[in-house]
Amino acid sequence: MKPTTFFKRALALLAGSVLFGAGPVKLLNVSYDPTRELYQDINAAFAKQWKAKTGVDVEISQSHGGSSKQARSVIDGLQADVVTLGLAYDIDSIAEHAHLLPANWQTRLPNNSTPYTSTIVFLVRHGNPKHIKDWDDLVRPGVSVIAPNPKSSGGARWAYLAAWGYALKKNNGDDKKAQEFVTRLYKNVPVLDSGARGSTTTFAQRGIGDVLLDWENEAFLALDELGKDKVEVVTPSLSILAEPPVSVVDRVAAKHGTTQVAKAYLEFLYTAEGQEIGARHYYRPRSPEVAAKYASRFAKVQLFTIDEVFGGWQKAQKRHFDDGGVFDQIYLR
Amino acid sequence: MATVALELPRKRTSAIPRSIRRDPPLVRWGLTLLALLALGVFIVLPLVAVFVQAFAKGLPVYLAAIREPDTLSAIRLSLLAAGVSVPLNLVFGVAAAWTIAKFQFKGKSLLVTLIDIPFAVSPVVSGLIFVLIFGAQGWFGSWLIDHDIRIVFAVPGIILATTFVTFPFVARELIPLMQSQGSDEEEAALTLGATGWQMFFKITLPNIKWGLLYGVVLCTARALGEFGAVSVVSGHIRGQTNTLPLHVEILYNEYNYSGAFAVASLLSVIAVITLTLKKFLEWKTKEGASK
Repeated sequence: MKPTTFFKRALALLAGSVLFGAGPVKLLNVSYDPTRELYQDINAAFAKQWKAKTGVDVEISQSHGGSSKQARSVIDGLQADVVTLGLAYDIDSIAEHAHLLPANWQTRLPNNSTPYTSTIVFLVRHGNPKHIKDWDDLVRPGVSVIAPNPKSSGGARWAYLAAWGYALKKNNGDDKKAQEFVTRLYKNVPVLDSGARGSTTTFAQRGIGDVLLDWENEAFLALDELGKDKVEVVTPSLSILAEPPVSVVDRVAAKHGTTQVAKAYLEFLYTAEGQEIGARHYYRPRSPEVAAKYASRFAKVQLFTIDEVFGGWQKAQKRHFDDGGVFDQIYLR
Repeated sequence: MATVALELPRKRTSAIPRSIRRDPPLVRWGLTLLALLALGVFIVLPLVAVFVQAFAKGLPVYLAAIREPDTLSAIRLSLLAAGVSVPLNLVFGVAAAWTIAKFQFKGKSLLVTLIDIPFAVSPVVSGLIFVLIFGAQGWFGSWLIDHDIRIVFAVPGIILATTFVTFPFVARELIPLMQSQGSDEEEAALTLGATGWQMFFKITLPNIKWGLLYGVVLCTARALGEFGAVSVVSGHIRGQTNTLPLHVEILYNEYNYSGAFAVASLLSVIAVITLTLKKFLEWKTKEGASK
């Protein structure tokens, strides 16, 4: 055996024994920060269903972190069979920089490849001592707002855009006034954490801030974990329809021979069972039947989409979050 | 009793000026108390807090957290990373220290500086170096993908990063020790007809054994505890590429505080064992040197 072959085999064995050992089919789902609990349940349910259908065991591994950071890892070679990230732009950048999936990935599954949606709500301290009811209350002097950094966190970008959209609507589409409003809002933000979960712990565990701008599902999870005697969820009058999309990473899945099971895994999210699991974890279901069944879980709130107000993620990203964009200008000032 | 106690130190410390020993008791006790307080608040209290939190929900919860499959896999991975990187650094460290302490050559100080690089750069940068070299977009990225070899976001990357950050420990420990011992004994052995390996195993190794063990203990402790560099190359796949310190962070972020502190307590136990071994080996090294 040539030394290089030996080296290769030894490495392959080492990596293989960990990643692709004999036995069940293995899938890696690279996801964003708040979905840990959701996918624990989804994985178990899907594995059961797949076993019943095909007789094959499937083992799904999870990796979690800030949405953009996770996308970066996949670009750098993290072997994700599927990605389930916080916003479409992050999957776009995997397509753009690493060509691991086609640029039109978002058209391959129903509802913009978004099996569940969420929105941005406020988490406040018990009794709501600062009387925070709507976006206008966040820009009052003396209100301390906790939000993650829109540069690295998907949820933070949705939150920023939600505030911007609210201000636009309130000022009859005046872009300048919207920027003023968002600038005042971020003046009230003392710490920018890098991810949604980090911000939640800052607010809940370290007790910093009067209000946390957060994913709806993350806010309700915090409510369950911390107790109703500690925090309350406040839903604003208007917010954004946050669409965290999913996709098979074609080239990785093809190499692993997992394309079929990866597709089935994502399609499972759209089934009644998948939708119910999502709803139980406070993700808003797409299916009208499941939505009706869990209607009492979700406050009625007027939602606008990113396409309506900002013309899609590519445009929003370029204008607001790229280096030197509007966010840089308002946060530096 | 008091007079006896005063008598003894006067004899032993007569070289020290009286004024130093005559600080008002308030100052002496005050300073001692302050030092103890600082020690307690910054070191003992956090350590105690870790164990209190770990056992807050009782022993069964603690044991369940440790027996959890993802935790066991993190323990295995940490042990594997340390198990590979420590022997590598042991061999490298002895070779480097031997070269540097016993020979004169050009570029010696450059070599010493190079050995120290992992101490000088931030661990996060160390991790990024490996992503830049072995990542899919990196120098060897496409070659590695073509040959289906995975380094970053897999076990080899974690071992590489761990080896890199723990690189200097053994060498740094041995260089001053070997320099102070000189090469007289080795030269004598060679004159008497010993082969190179005989000389190494019968003379050099026994001379440095306690110092070597000390270096290995420090190296192991760091290998098990490394966070920054490993975090960058890990990919954070649960049950596969999470080491113990990374697993603590994950558990903490999942509101699993008792689990996080249970795993953290394992790391704390390792730290206490390390310190005890360190103290013992320091004593042995000194004893060896004074013989």
